[in-house]
Amino acid sequence: MKRIRLLDIAHARSGDKGDTANVGLIALKPEYYPILVKHVTAARVARHFKGMISGPVERYELPNLHALNFLLHGALDGGGTISLKTDAQGKVFSTALLRLEVVVPR
Amino acid sequence: MKARPATVRIAAGQGFWGDWLEAPYRQVTGGPVDYLMMDYLAEVTMSILQKQKSRDPSLGYARDFIPLMERILPTVAQRGIKITANAGGVNPQACAQAVAEVARRLRLGGKLRIGVVTGDDLLGRLDGLLARGHELRNLDTGRPLSDVRDRVLSANAYLGAWPVVDALRGGADVVVTGRVTDTGLTLAPLIHAFGWRPDAWDLLAAGTVAGHTIECGAQCSGGNCLVDWERIPDLANVGYPIVDAAPDGTFEIVKHPGSGGRISVAGVTEQLVYEMGNPVEYITPDCVADFTTIRLEQRGKDRVRVSGVKGRPATDKLKVSVAYFYGYKAVGTLVYAWPDAYKKAQAADRILRQRLADLGLKFEAVLTEFVGADATHGPLARAAARLDELPEVQLRIGVRSPDKPAVERFTREIAPLILNGPPSVTGFAGGRPKPEEVVAYWPALLDKRMVEPCVEVVEV
Repeated sequence: MKRIRLLDIAHARSGDKGDTANVGLIALKPEYYPILVKHVTAARVARHFKGMISGPVERYELPNLHALNFLLHGALDGGGTISLKTDAQGKVFSTALLRLEVVVPR
Repeated sequence: MKARPATVRIAAGQGFWGDWLEAPYRQVTGGPVDYLMMDYLAEVTMSILQKQKSRDPSLGYARDFIPLMERILPTVAQRGIKITANAGGVNPQACAQAVAEVARRLRLGGKLRIGVVTGDDLLGRLDGLLARGHELRNLDTGRPLSDVRDRVLSANAYLGAWPVVDALRGGADVVVTGRVTDTGLTLAPLIHAFGWRPDAWDLLAAGTVAGHTIECGAQCSGGNCLVDWERIPDLANVGYPIVDAAPDGTFEIVKHPGSGGRISVAGVTEQLVYEMGNPVEYITPDCVADFTTIRLEQRGKDRVRVSGVKGRPATDKLKVSVAYFYGYKAVGTLVYAWPDAYKKAQAADRILRQRLADLGLKFEAVLTEFVGADATHGPLARAAARLDELPEVQLRIGVRSPDKPAVERFTREIAPLILNGPPSVTGFAGGRPKPEEVVAYWPALLDKRMVEPCVEVVEV
């Protein structure tokens, strides 16, 4: 078994809808998609972002694009214009998710 | 009846109000296109425009649209390119009038027709709607709009593609709209050109996906793309995307030859998932598109084919975007230098917070970030970085409150720290931060039958 960062097997883009950030997580190769499906669960992502979001995490699957879509609720300090955050529009939650590490067979 | 074209090329010219001014000009001059689509309106843009209109009734639209039109109209008219743009904001009539004046100045009188789409503005009808039981409950919190009615600044329904189609059918060369969806501005030309039926849900969904793909401009042609980003060529001359669509709902994403950037499956996928909710139901006024049916294929250099899109019938609701006055905020910054940059910034934050407390100031929120350490990735970054060796750290502290004097008092508490706080601090040349009015966004749904789009086409 070895430990890898999502950065090594996926790319991502994130954005906002109100106080929710969305992160689209995309496998760099189709054969990596099952790893994402298996390891990057909503619960795992919620643990990863502990202290950064105040609401639940939802996950949706897009097997056609080898992608998962995560909704991180309560991620943006109220969102849009209300937010005091540098990243008020959730633009860099994408690479924050890519820091997550998973353990996969060698 | 006119013959239907074999393909239609729709070029994206602006991904938001404030996007690259060179892009629309290059789109209409860099190669063949049939339509130029420009998206100007974000969630809170309407409230800014409403504020401008309340000060001057002839304003309330994206003003930089006018000099842009002055620059491109001669080419557009000569080549027969049509334009769809939601630059009209809360005053599409005034925007259209300004475009007409420019056209006459360019001696295009008699050669150009302008379509105006209105009917999205609900501000004057709000009380009537509320009185008739349309509560406009907040989609996130469930609260009725009556909670904030007295603070509402703007209220607009999102119109779809069909009023734009009507304007094109009426012969409009330039269609100026209020709050029409980003995707509707691309879907409308496809419906118009190919004669798609109102219940051809798969086709309408395909056109909606086309719209979503190019609505953020270069964000699908190499901009903000993470994959192999250092090797994306010539972003200085990035080519904005063009949808090259067929009547069967398939399309390719391309860009003009010789332009920079890259059109790849990776980049297009990143844009498809951008601001995505439940991918099975991407809801617009025109249809419900299923993003899990999209197939992407690299068909050549800078050419991605999109096919397979399925859709379902539109819902009987329209989304409504209400903007209301929320309160005030201010953000102050100071920069601390090595050694112990992070510790000094932390100490300054503690001192500042104590002073705010000692003054008895109350805020709804106080947020501290250490730029250079944790402003982007929070605790994840703090766990990964050597914080004691950072060469510099920017302390960034913000407050928010309904109480303007409290926010104003806060703005006076930053500068003193330069002389009476931790050492090796700089970066205050900009002066005291200014309290900013906060306008918040209230998303709601409204029965479609309550909204009647209005379309006019006028000859210049």
